[in-house]
Amino acid sequence: MGDLVELRAVTHAYRTKAGPLPVLDDLSLTIPEGKFCAVVGPSGCGKSTLTRLIAGLMMPDRGEVFLHGEKVKSPRKTVGMAFQNPVLLEWRTILENVMLPLEIVAPSMPRSQRETRARDLLALVGLAGFETKRPSQLSGGMRQRASLCRSIVHKPEVLIMDEPFGALDAFTREDLWQLMHRLRAEEPFTALLITHDLRESVYLADEVIVLSDRPARVQYRMAIDAPAPRPISMLYDPDSVAKLAILREQIEIAQGRSGEVH
Amino acid sequence: MDFLRKVAPPLLAILAIMLFWEWLVWVKGWPNYKMAAPSDLWPAFWKYRTLFLIQGWETLWRTVVGLGLAVVFGTFLGMIMGFSRLLRDALYPVLVGFNAVPKATVVPVIALIFVGEHDFNTVLIAFMISFFPIAVSVSIGLSTLEPEYRDILRALGASRLTIFWKIALPKTLPEFFGALKVSVTLAFIGTNLMEIVEPHGRGLGALFDSGKINADYPLMFAVLFALAFLGIVLFYIVVALERVFAGWADRSGG
Repeated sequence: MGDLVELRAVTHAYRTKAGPLPVLDDLSLTIPEGKFCAVVGPSGCGKSTLTRLIAGLMMPDRGEVFLHGEKVKSPRKTVGMAFQNPVLLEWRTILENVMLPLEIVAPSMPRSQRETRARDLLALVGLAGFETKRPSQLSGGMRQRASLCRSIVHKPEVLIMDEPFGALDAFTREDLWQLMHRLRAEEPFTALLITHDLRESVYLADEVIVLSDRPARVQYRMAIDAPAPRPISMLYDPDSVAKLAILREQIEIAQGRSGEVH
Repeated sequence: MDFLRKVAPPLLAILAIMLFWEWLVWVKGWPNYKMAAPSDLWPAFWKYRTLFLIQGWETLWRTVVGLGLAVVFGTFLGMIMGFSRLLRDALYPVLVGFNAVPKATVVPVIALIFVGEHDFNTVLIAFMISFFPIAVSVSIGLSTLEPEYRDILRALGASRLTIFWKIALPKTLPEFFGALKVSVTLAFIGTNLMEIVEPHGRGLGALFDSGKINADYPLMFAVLFALAFLGIVLFYIVVALERVFAGWADRSGG
């Protein structure tokens, strides 16, 4: 299988009052089809910019972004997005929230079909019975589950997640990690996950990419080839612990603090 | 029982105030041409009942038309200012200045310019006085829309119109209705200002004015009560509309 997402020598800077602020510098990376790629790096290193570039929400100053070998010039229907904030629409029920992308992507699809699809997904993430609830009636973890359903309801080729579990408590987060693996088994998609949590990256991803401090470039890549149904206890394997230590070290290098005494 | 608990307290409060008022007039021995008592109100209503119906209707429809125009224009202006930073910067000071001018000073000017155009100038004042809160609330609602809300649809290639219709508009509705509650009262004030100031005017304001000229205190107070009644009705119509269209924003009920 080929590369689904490809960034070729992407350079980008934001225009601020104090002059241009370079965020991405000659950044190249690829995500093969069906793979789960986690991107970690220091705060403010341009990780969110990366998601917006791949989603086609903005164009890079230089370099190119490809999806399925096609140059990304504008947003496309084959992308799903999830954020730290679940951004559910309060005036819609959970079911209607999940159906929202289908209204844009497949306006000709009959409502009953949209509804069935949304219901199936909600059942898959353990939200059966909550279809008619309002977002404010759900807990944070449940809201994020619903948000994940919405981001994959239209069967996107690539799911882009910007710290989707960042605001959740530790146990809820681990629940959702496991859910993520179940979802991938049921609904195959290529994924890009932006995160601050190294354990999350090791547990979920097939490949972890460490970005350098701003302006970001790829500093380090690590393959995680543990087989598919990963138990949460995997994180306590010596192998995983060693990997976490390496990643930790890489982050410190990225932060430019490798020489400091801890 | 629940209904009774809701309705009884305000009714009892009104009754208590009326009794105190009646008592005050009786104790002080004020004559009719100095101060009216609640017991004078009903005879006044009955005596001028057709006038009340005719003039009440005049006031009501002109207020509603003025408010309707304010909703259309205010929403439009709010959209322009909410979506374009440049236009917001350009229009905001103008709007604030316009709103700062006490409308009581504008009323005679408008009355003179459009003398005799009773309906037009009354509707105009009701509109002028009430569109500002709507414009401001819609513009703030739109400009404070979190970018993620836009992005979930924009990332799918949705048009600006779709994003406005599916996200921005419903998300702004609670603010819009909050402003509409203020505007409905303002429009009512605008209508009455014009009706009172304008010579040979119509509406409850004109009826009030004729009561004043004749020192007919029972009539004047009866008009005040009719105005309060209409104001309450209009206000609760807006509240009912809010329940229907933006009831989701009310989380007090769980």
